[in-house]
Amino acid sequence: MNGVMEEKTNKKVNQGSAKPEVNKEGIKKEKANNIIEVSDLNLWYGSDQALYEVSMDVPEKQVTAIIGPSGCGKSTFLKTLNRMVEMVPIVKTSGSIKYRDQEIFSNKYKEEYLRTKVGMVFQKPNPFPKSVYDNVAYGPRIHGIKKKEVLDQIVEKSLKGAAIWDELKDRLNENAYGLSGGQQQRVCIARALAVEPDVILMDEPTSALDPISTAKVEELVQELKEKYSIIIVTHNMQQAARISDKTAFFLNGELIEFADTDDLFQNPHDKRTEDYITGRFG
Amino acid sequence: MDKGLQSEGKMIDVQQMIEKNKKKKSFGERIERIIPFFLLLCAAVSVLTTVGILFTLLRESIGFFSNVSLFDFYTGTSWSPWSGEYGVAPLIGGTLLITLIATLVAVPLGLMSAIFLSEYANDKVRRVIKPVLEVLAGIPTVVYGYFALTFITPMFQSFIPDLGIFNALSGGFVVGIMIIPMVASLSEDAMNSVPNALREGAYGLGATKLEVVFKVVLPAALSGIIASIVLAISRAIGETMIVTIAAGATPNLTFNPTESIQTMTAFIVQAATGDTTFGSTIYYSLYAVGMTLFIFTLVMNLIAQYISRKFREEY
Repeated sequence: MNGVMEEKTNKKVNQGSAKPEVNKEGIKKEKANNIIEVSDLNLWYGSDQALYEVSMDVPEKQVTAIIGPSGCGKSTFLKTLNRMVEMVPIVKTSGSIKYRDQEIFSNKYKEEYLRTKVGMVFQKPNPFPKSVYDNVAYGPRIHGIKKKEVLDQIVEKSLKGAAIWDELKDRLNENAYGLSGGQQQRVCIARALAVEPDVILMDEPTSALDPISTAKVEELVQELKEKYSIIIVTHNMQQAARISDKTAFFLNGELIEFADTDDLFQNPHDKRTEDYITGRFG
Repeated sequence: MDKGLQSEGKMIDVQQMIEKNKKKKSFGERIERIIPFFLLLCAAVSVLTTVGILFTLLRESIGFFSNVSLFDFYTGTSWSPWSGEYGVAPLIGGTLLITLIATLVAVPLGLMSAIFLSEYANDKVRRVIKPVLEVLAGIPTVVYGYFALTFITPMFQSFIPDLGIFNALSGGFVVGIMIIPMVASLSEDAMNSVPNALREGAYGLGATKLEVVFKVVLPAALSGIIASIVLAISRAIGETMIVTIAAGATPNLTFNPTESIQTMTAFIVQAATGDTTFGSTIYYSLYAVGMTLFIFTLVMNLIAQYISRKFREEY
């Protein structure tokens, strides 16, 4: 606990040095729009605090990577952004998260609505035990789209968007469970795309995949950022460096540093960030 | 390990001890060889019993069918063995009526309880409700029987005035209550074993709780749910005590639940406990009815097995 307190005081100093980076970048890109603005977010599982005073602005139509050692709160943070974290009943939060200037913790804000805007791809591919078609059509269907022709179009478009249409166009009626892990994950991405969200959260989407499938998903992320804002949690620093525009480094529930990916990896401002990315711990 | 042993001041060579023990092992080896046969024998007891019962049922039924034709037995619509009428339809009808009423009671209530327990109840509530529900399954059926007769029937009579004292409605209703735990408990197990990742996948798409339950959890758990229902139905078909006490002893080909009926099981009780002469046609008819009942429950069990294999959604 003492360690945490120490780091907490350190952090304030650090954010001071990280913030100008954000601003500089903001000016460069004629004030890039922030799609999600997190301020002073604290989160507790029961009495254990998992996130401390996290403040971070996520830019629109870019890839934001979140790195950090296991248990640093990066997945928790990600799941807070679409309020999935509240599925654990003992979770308590404080602070504010604004999605397109609207407070998502406000009572009026429907979490189901939020999740159609802020979609999610999970660590382990989790297709439903249904056909590929039904998997992708699931989202549109629960939101009231029933017409076969419309659904057909959505399914095709989403599978194309997830770069898996060519592989699966003749297998739409097969159970998604029969696919390889990499294909399953891309079906899950297609499933998320089918509701045409604004933001896609990815929780270590390649950690259960082989290198070839990983490469495909990474390539896909690059294509998707044309249309979507992507926030991706990853254990793999090379991956973060390869695919992201901005990177956030979390440690023990705190945001240590948040900067342009190139800056963060080549020129970390915080000693702990440097230690982590050079492999001295974690 | 080695160090610990040495510190007690003795050197112990484990390999040497194993060698030494191996030499006096012949008795152990014999046990090793005998045990599988002993276990097989235990398993054989239940198999042999089943075969024995089947054999008796068949042999005595054949005795019956030499007096009454198979055709008359299964197509006749009047069952009054004491005056020589052996059409089994009223008994089958009675059994089906009870089963139908029981199913109508147990499936909705059981399923809803299962959904509540698996998807909505928090741990604390579940830990109280589930055992209580399972207590229902432990109540002796004879208690259910007079509960139906002395409590449910008078209660129903207050809003169905011409309900007889013995009637299919309260019998079937209470049989239904008896099999609720079976439906609820097995269905809850099936829903509980649906991985959380599937629920999260649906929530992540903006599904509401109800949509997750009905469009993800229920379909994924369907095989288990159907199997639980079929098992419960086959339990209802074979239920004896409740219907003997509460549903009456009037073989009556009717689908009016307010009337007194007689099920196959209730007839068997009546004939087996009455002064039926050994070797008489009535005596043999017990076996024919028993055989019919057995076929019913066997078919239900086979259906249950088939369904749980066929509809298994792998996850």
